[in-house]
Amino acid sequence: MTLLIYDGTFEGWLTAVFEIYEYKFEDVIFAKDENSNALFFLKTHFVETDNAKANRVLKGLKKNLSPSGITNMYHAFFSELPQIEESLFRFATYVFSSSKNIEGDLSNNAVLNIQKAAHLTGKESHRMKAFVRFKLTKDNLYYAIVEPDCNVLPLIQKHFKNRYADQKWLIYDTKRKYGIYYDLENVSTVELTFDSNPSSSKFLAEISDEDEEFFQNLWRNYFKSVNIESRKNTKLHVQHMPKRYWKNLTEKIPNLKK
Amino acid sequence: MVHERVMEKLAILADAAKYDVSCSSSAGQNKRKNQNKGLGDTGNGICHAYTEDGRCVSLLKILLTNHCIFDCAYCVSRKSNDIKRAAFTVQEVVDLTIGFYRRNYIEGLFLSSGIFDNPDYTMERLVRIAKKLRLEENFNGYIHLKAIPGASDELIKEAGMYADRLSVNVEMPTEKSLKLLAPEKNHADVIKPMEYLKNEIVGHKEEKKLNFKAPLFAPAGQSTQMIIGATQENDLEILGMANYFYEQMNMRRVYYSGYVPISYDNRLPAIGTPVPMIRENRLYQADWLIRFYGFNVNEIVGFDQPNLDLDIDPKLGWALRNLHQFPVDINSADLELILRIPGIGVTSAKKIVSARKFKRLQPEDLKKLGIAYNRSKFFLAFSSPFYLQKDLTSIQIKEQILNIQNSKYQNNFSNQLSLFQ
Ligand code: SF4
Repeated sequence: MTLLIYDGTFEGWLTAVFEIYEYKFEDVIFAKDENSNALFFLKTHFVETDNAKANRVLKGLKKNLSPSGITNMYHAFFSELPQIEESLFRFATYVFSSSKNIEGDLSNNAVLNIQKAAHLTGKESHRMKAFVRFKLTKDNLYYAIVEPDCNVLPLIQKHFKNRYADQKWLIYDTKRKYGIYYDLENVSTVELTFDSNPSSSKFLAEISDEDEEFFQNLWRNYFKSVNIESRKNTKLHVQHMPKRYWKNLTEKIPNLKK
Repeated sequence: MVHERVMEKLAILADAAKYDVSCSSSAGQNKRKNQNKGLGDTGNGICHAYTEDGRCVSLLKILLTNHCIFDCAYCVSRKSNDIKRAAFTVQEVVDLTIGFYRRNYIEGLFLSSGIFDNPDYTMERLVRIAKKLRLEENFNGYIHLKAIPGASDELIKEAGMYADRLSVNVEMPTEKSLKLLAPEKNHADVIKPMEYLKNEIVGHKEEKKLNFKAPLFAPAGQSTQMIIGATQENDLEILGMANYFYEQMNMRRVYYSGYVPISYDNRLPAIGTPVPMIRENRLYQADWLIRFYGFNVNEIVGFDQPNLDLDIDPKLGWALRNLHQFPVDINSADLELILRIPGIGVTSAKKIVSARKFKRLQPEDLKKLGIAYNRSKFFLAFSSPFYLQKDLTSIQIKEQILNIQNSKYQNNFSNQLSLFQ
C-alpha cells in the first residue's frame, strides 16, 4: 500500500494519478499533507504538482468523457467527502479501462459515487450563491462570511464576478481560512488575519458603512413581513434553509438595535 | 432615505403584497446579461431565503402603494378595508432594490400596486421605476411588473421594454366569481392586456430571431394567478382555465394561491377557515404533469371526477384509474411511458434511460438510482422469468402506498412542489 501525499489541488490529484501509472503503484491512499495521518508503516510517495503530467491525465479522461463528465469529477473533488480522492481514482481507472463513455453507467458504484459527490457540491454551491450576505464597509467593500460543507469558492467566483461587476467584494470561508476577492478587475484568492473576532458587534460597528445596519434591519423586517402566519411550515422552512447556515444569514440574526 | 418612514412603509407594503404568489424569478430565454460592467444579471433565478411558511423569497416583492379606488372583496388593499395606507416614492423603490440586490438578498424586484387615481397614473409610476433601474442604475437583475388592468397599451408596451416579466392577475377562475367579489371588474379587463402582451411578446421574439440586436420585450413572458378556495369552482374549471392561459395566451406560469381569509364578508370563507394548502399543492402537481409530463387536463380531471384527490397526488390518481396501462417494463419502455410511473420523476426517468444502456436494470439498481421504489414497484414489470407479481386492485395499491406515505411524508408538502415525484 502506498500513501500519496499531494498538495490538495485538483492539478495535484491529477499529477498523482499520472504517477500511480508511472510508478505502477498498487493499492493507493491519498493524503493532503504529510502530517495528516502518521501511517508510517506505509510506503510514502510525495507528489510534486506538475502541470504537464496533470494535463496528460486530463486529456486522457477527456477522450472518453463528455465535458459534463469532467465537470462532475471537478465538482466531486471539491466535495471534500472522506476518501473522495480514492473514489475519483477508481472512477478514473474505469474510464481508462473502457473504450466507450461510462458516465451513464449509474449502476456502477464508482460512477454513482462520483455523481453523488458532484451533486452534493453542486447543491452546496447553489446554496452559497443564494446564502451569501454581503455587508458594506466604510471603504466600499462588500464582504461576506461563509462556512460551506464543501469547498465551493472556486466554483462560485465566476457567478459573483458576473453579477457584481461594479462593486468590490470579498467572500471569506472561515472553515478553510481563505477567501476570494474581486477588485473590479480580477478575482484572486486571499488569506486574511483578523485582529479581533470578525463577527463581534463592536468590530462590525467599527468597519461598517453608515447605512449598513439600516439595510440589515430593513431586510429582517421584510423577511418578517412576508411570512404568512396561517401557512407556517417549519419543517419545510428548515429543509430549504438548513440551520447550519443560519449564523451567517442576516435575516436569521436578531436586530442589532431595535 | 428617511430611515424610519421607509422602514414603516416597507412593513406595510410588503405585508400587503405577500398574498401574491407569482414571484419566482425564472429568467427568460433571452437572459439579461451584464455586459458593460453594470450590476447584476438575470441568471437562472435563485431563491435567497425561505419564509417560515416555506415559500421561496427571491424578489423584493412590494406594492408601490396600497391605496386603491377599487373594492375587491378578496384583497387586503380594498377601499373599504380599514388599514394603514402608505405609498413609496419612485426613488425609494429604486434605492431599496439596489441596496438589497448589492447585498445579495434578492434577484430583483416584483412590483405591484393598488390602483390610485386611475390605472394609467399608477402604471406610469411602475414604468418609471423600471426605467430608472435599467437606465440610471445600470441594473440587469430581474424585474417583474404588474400590468394594471385598464392601463393604456402604450404604457404596457413601455413596461415590456424594461421588465423581464409582466403579469395580469385573473384572480377569480370564472367570470361569475369575479362579478360576485369584484363587481367593478370584469374578465375582459384582464384578458385584454393579456392578449395585447401575448401579441407583443410573440412579435418581439420573431424580430429577435431575425436581428439579435432587437430590444428585449418581457423576455420571461407573462404569468397570472388564480385564487383558490375563495369561491366554489372545482378543479376541472380551474385547470381548464389554466390550460386556456397556457394554450391561448402563451402564459409562462399560472400560479394558484390558496385563499387566506382576511375579511368578515359573507361572500367569502370566514376568518379562521383553514387555507386550502393541500388542494393548492395538488393543483401545482397537476399543472406540472400537464407542462412537463405530457398529460392532458382531461386525463387528470374529468366530468365524472371534477376534483383532484386530496389524499394522493394526481399522477398516482391517474395510474390507479388506468391500471390497464401497467406494468411498464423500464428496460424497454419509452421515456414518455416511464414518466407516467408513480414514484419516478423527470430526473429519475432520464437516469433510467441512460443506465439501462449498460445493463438490464433490476429492482436493486432502481433503489441505487434514488427512485421511490416502494411506490413505483406496483407499476413495474421486470422481464425475468423468476419475477412474480401479484395482481392487486387499485384500492389495495392505494392503501399500501398511503401506508408508506403516512410514515414518511406526512405534513411535508410544499406549495411550490418539493416532494412530488
Ligand atoms: S384593484 Fe387590485 S389592489 Fe385594488 S382592491 Fe382590487 S385587487 Fe386589490
